Amino acid sequence: MSENKSLLRLRRISKVFSKGTGDQVRALDGINLDVDSGDYIAIIGSNGAGKTTLLNVIAGVYPPENGGRIIVNDKEVSKLSEYRRASYIGRVYQDPHVGTAAKMSIEENMAMALLRGQPRGLRVATNKQRREVFRVALAPLGLGLENRLSALVGTLSGGQRQALALVMATLSNPAILLLDEHIATLDPRTAQIVLDLTDMIATREKMTTIMVTHNMELALRHGNRLIMMHKGRIVVDMNQEQKANLTIHDLVVAFERASGEEFVDDSVLLRPGNVVGTSDL
Amino acid sequence: MLYPADVGHLLGFSLYEGLAFGFVAIGVYLTFRVLAFPDLTVDASFALGGAVAAVLIADHDVNPFLATLAALGAGLCAGLATSLLNTKLKIPALLAGILMMVGLYSINLRIMGQPNLQLLREPSIFSLTAQLLGLETRLEYRLVVAGVLAVVVFFILNWFLRTEIGLALRATGDNEQMVRGAGIDTDKTTILGVSIANGIVALSGGVVAQGQGFSDVNMGVGMIITGLASVIIGEALFRPKGVARLLLAAFGGTFVYRLVISIALRIGMRAGDLKLITAVIVIIALAIPYLQKRIRREWLPPAPRW
Repeated sequence: MSENKSLLRLRRISKVFSKGTGDQVRALDGINLDVDSGDYIAIIGSNGAGKTTLLNVIAGVYPPENGGRIIVNDKEVSKLSEYRRASYIGRVYQDPHVGTAAKMSIEENMAMALLRGQPRGLRVATNKQRREVFRVALAPLGLGLENRLSALVGTLSGGQRQALALVMATLSNPAILLLDEHIATLDPRTAQIVLDLTDMIATREKMTTIMVTHNMELALRHGNRLIMMHKGRIVVDMNQEQKANLTIHDLVVAFERASGEEFVDDSVLLRPGNVVGTSDL
Repeated sequence: MLYPADVGHLLGFSLYEGLAFGFVAIGVYLTFRVLAFPDLTVDASFALGGAVAAVLIADHDVNPFLATLAALGAGLCAGLATSLLNTKLKIPALLAGILMMVGLYSINLRIMGQPNLQLLREPSIFSLTAQLLGLETRLEYRLVVAGVLAVVVFFILNWFLRTEIGLALRATGDNEQMVRGAGIDTDKTTILGVSIANGIVALSGGVVAQGQGFSDVNMGVGMIITGLASVIIGEALFRPKGVARLLLAAFGGTFVYRLVISIALRIGMRAGDLKLITAVIVIIALAIPYLQKRIRREWLPPAPRW
């Protein structure tokens, strides 16, 4: 991967739900976005701004509409289905249950993730060598999961499952990591662990990361780029220097100027101590 | 009445049935539990296995072992058809199974040319094994043949479900979203799993037809429910964890189910009442976890309605 070259390019990405009915929603409205290799982007925006839909389009859950294009590493992937894009996309969802399989053991879940996007054969999926890989990957969490490889994932707490889901999403070293409010439902301690690991993966290992969040302070403090979405459009896009000395108030002002609307969504504003996982950030 | 002298025979016979019909429980376990795909093809693929084996042996003088293998192949095709209806034509799983069940009834009749085919004077995998090993009593050679087949199926499945492909198959029923996220086409894993399950069920049909000395177009009726009852009994009695124990629980559950049915018949219950009793067992077993939680006033997620 060469530096300073767009790894992911989105061109005119639109998505309309319930088209032609009274409930028609324009979730994405002609999005253009260039993501450089190694970027760590935080995306904020109120409910219905199109953040999750954007991740879904990148991941291939829905195809882009009206000739929108998605290009990864100079390769057009717009028409590839979700499972075909898996080789270069790792994803963590808000709900820990979505990223892991409850009735299978930790090592079996990780074996599934290790082979992401690769052909699978008739070898027994877990072996000594792979278990060692799993232990090394789990150890930095400090949750002791590396000593419980044969435990069923259904017996883990939500936070443990989410931490496991993040390790699994990055295990096969995908080109792009998509995080969809991945710490929103976690208790403060686990949220911090998962966030630290996210920073390590994105900043130190330079994995290109797109993190959707509801939390403005989180978006200001983490990542080298901040994007704010509103009604399916990107209304604010700031790089590292632009966002360095920003406060939440500045962000609200920037939003109002860009969208031409008054900022009304309280849930995006940080109320210290009130929002899970932020009091000690 | 049940006499002490009968007990040994009763146990032995139930053990044979536990093995021979245990394959049906394995098939039901693979679809309902592993893939979360409620496949009703099973009734018809069981009869299909019996029909294919019977016709090949009786009308075409095919070696019974090859005929049994052909029954397995026919079942694979039936499962393939059901899963294609579901994955490629988007017909709901339950409906796809019912459609195949209805359609296969006609096909089974066509295969046999008549509703019932006698096999008593024909060679079978049982008679050939008896000759080979010099076994005399019916129970002995039945147990040997069914036991060897069960061991072979057990080892193959216990290995397969822990391979990379097998893992993908198990995860499909557990968390389809995650499986797609891992780069696996869940259509393919569903097709593979449903095909294998029906192949094993048809194998059971082929074995049972030879064991009882005839094949009947209705021999599969209710098989899905007895299979489900066996799986549930196995899970309740053995509380299995891990692939190997789950497979053993399917055989064990079938043995217990067949033993209970045999005893019930011996002490004077009418054969015609069996299906109702089986249905009631399954209803109770399915309702118990829900009722337990209701009593403890816990929140329950809505049951999957498929």
